[in-house]
Amino acid sequence: MTAVKPTLEISGLNFFYGTFQGLKNINLNVFEKKVTAFIGPSGCGKSTLLRTLNRMYDLYPGQRAEGKIMYNGRNILEPGQDVNMLRAKVGMVFQKPTPFPMSVYENIAFGVRLYENLSKGEMDERVEWALKKAALWTEVKDKLNKSGLSLSGGQQQRLCIARSVAVKPDVLLLDEPTSALDPISTAKIEELIAELKEDYTITIVTHNMQQAARCSDYTAYMYLGELVEFGETDQIFMNPAKKETQDYITGRFG
Amino acid sequence: MNPVYRKRLWVHRIGIALSIGAMAVGLFFLMWILFTLLVKGFGALSLAMFTETTPAPGSDGGGLMNAIVGSLMMVGFATLISTPIGILAGIYLAEYGEESWLAQITRFVTDIMLSAPSIVIGLFVYALYVANVKHFSGWAGTFAISLIAVPVVVRTTDNMLKLVPSSLREAAFALGAPRWKVAMMVRLRAVKAGVITGVLLAVARISGETAPLLFTALNNQFFSANMNAPMANLPVVIFQFAMSPYDNWRELAWGGALLITFSVLGLNILSRTLLSQKTPH
Repeated sequence: MTAVKPTLEISGLNFFYGTFQGLKNINLNVFEKKVTAFIGPSGCGKSTLLRTLNRMYDLYPGQRAEGKIMYNGRNILEPGQDVNMLRAKVGMVFQKPTPFPMSVYENIAFGVRLYENLSKGEMDERVEWALKKAALWTEVKDKLNKSGLSLSGGQQQRLCIARSVAVKPDVLLLDEPTSALDPISTAKIEELIAELKEDYTITIVTHNMQQAARCSDYTAYMYLGELVEFGETDQIFMNPAKKETQDYITGRFG
Repeated sequence: MNPVYRKRLWVHRIGIALSIGAMAVGLFFLMWILFTLLVKGFGALSLAMFTETTPAPGSDGGGLMNAIVGSLMMVGFATLISTPIGILAGIYLAEYGEESWLAQITRFVTDIMLSAPSIVIGLFVYALYVANVKHFSGWAGTFAISLIAVPVVVRTTDNMLKLVPSSLREAAFALGAPRWKVAMMVRLRAVKAGVITGVLLAVARISGETAPLLFTALNNQFFSANMNAPMANLPVVIFQFAMSPYDNWRELAWGGALLITFSVLGLNILSRTLLSQKTPH
């Protein structure tokens, strides 16, 4: 196995919702071109952790993070970091599909136009490229001008993935991306994750332990805002070091 | 039958009966008004109503052409003024409303303005503008009804934008979009139909306002498209003609009332169709 390089190095991370502490001293590396899964029962802080990685919490006054998340040699939590540039490099896909109220084409072009001045031809190419990356091109190539809202739930979710990929990020954050989808759409998204990790670093929050076992290289088990155990997925699922992890993954708890 | 269930069934039946009764009473008077308006107004409808100006006292015939044009001009300008102000203010409230005290005050003032008697707004513009330039004018009328329209647009825009799920907003931010782009290109777009509805409802509201125009645009017996001069308009003409001793004046008042009512009805139907076509997901 080749040596893996961390893309995001999280150390001593604490997170607060007002006075409530949502994350307690998290230390964890997210490795380049690997899939890292965050699992744990509801309210354990796994989504909170994901939302610190692109500073989504910034939108809400009263939420704040302390500690270090090193990305490209900088601590992204420091004041003065350009949050918009960070978000362009660390894309996010949400639990429910969130297509914008515009055409399929515009859904993808919207994000690209924020950073690049492309000609019509270049933009067409980029849209096609992103839709192919998200395994959606064959299904939508004849309805690029239709509203993004007219697609099925699974297609909408892949459109959202295409939209994130189109701006050429380094990292993709997936927040329970399949929990609102049917099993077939879920399978498609999981295949897609396997393909996307060739080019991108991926972190995924999931409630579904089989999904974590199937798609991820590393797994972090969290409970009550603390990181209980982190390691290679095989090791976490086959031979966890801690009893709490064992209880959770065998379904005795949670 | 189970006694608890039977009791509940009876409470249900009584409740439904009372609701239907209340609806019937309301609908009865509404229909009565509309019916009377139709019968009396329809007789007044004629081509002359749209081609001739308001008649002088004692003269025969005449129409409402100057009042129709005046109303269209003032309502049109008021819409042009109040739509951008109302929508932008609504966006400001929805985006920053929870954080800033300025937005809290704006929302409070908007609520007061929404329920303020329109005659007060007429007097306000009279004192501020008409009394200073010493003559009534179309602009003064436009200004007064704009003041009535703005809070309606602000309120609906604010309410509509709040219906946009926060996940859609977050998705736009997640691409690194700046706040104004998220607000204008994603959030506002998601509720476009609702915002247009708000504008149409504001137009409907100001087309029938009389009190604010009495103190500002007043009236003009002749045709005039000069916004700096007193201007004829349907509500004030109806108000004056309906109480006059001349038969042809009273008939024109009925015709004008029918015209306004059906324009407003049309606007309401249009806004309802718009809203039902596209609802935010």
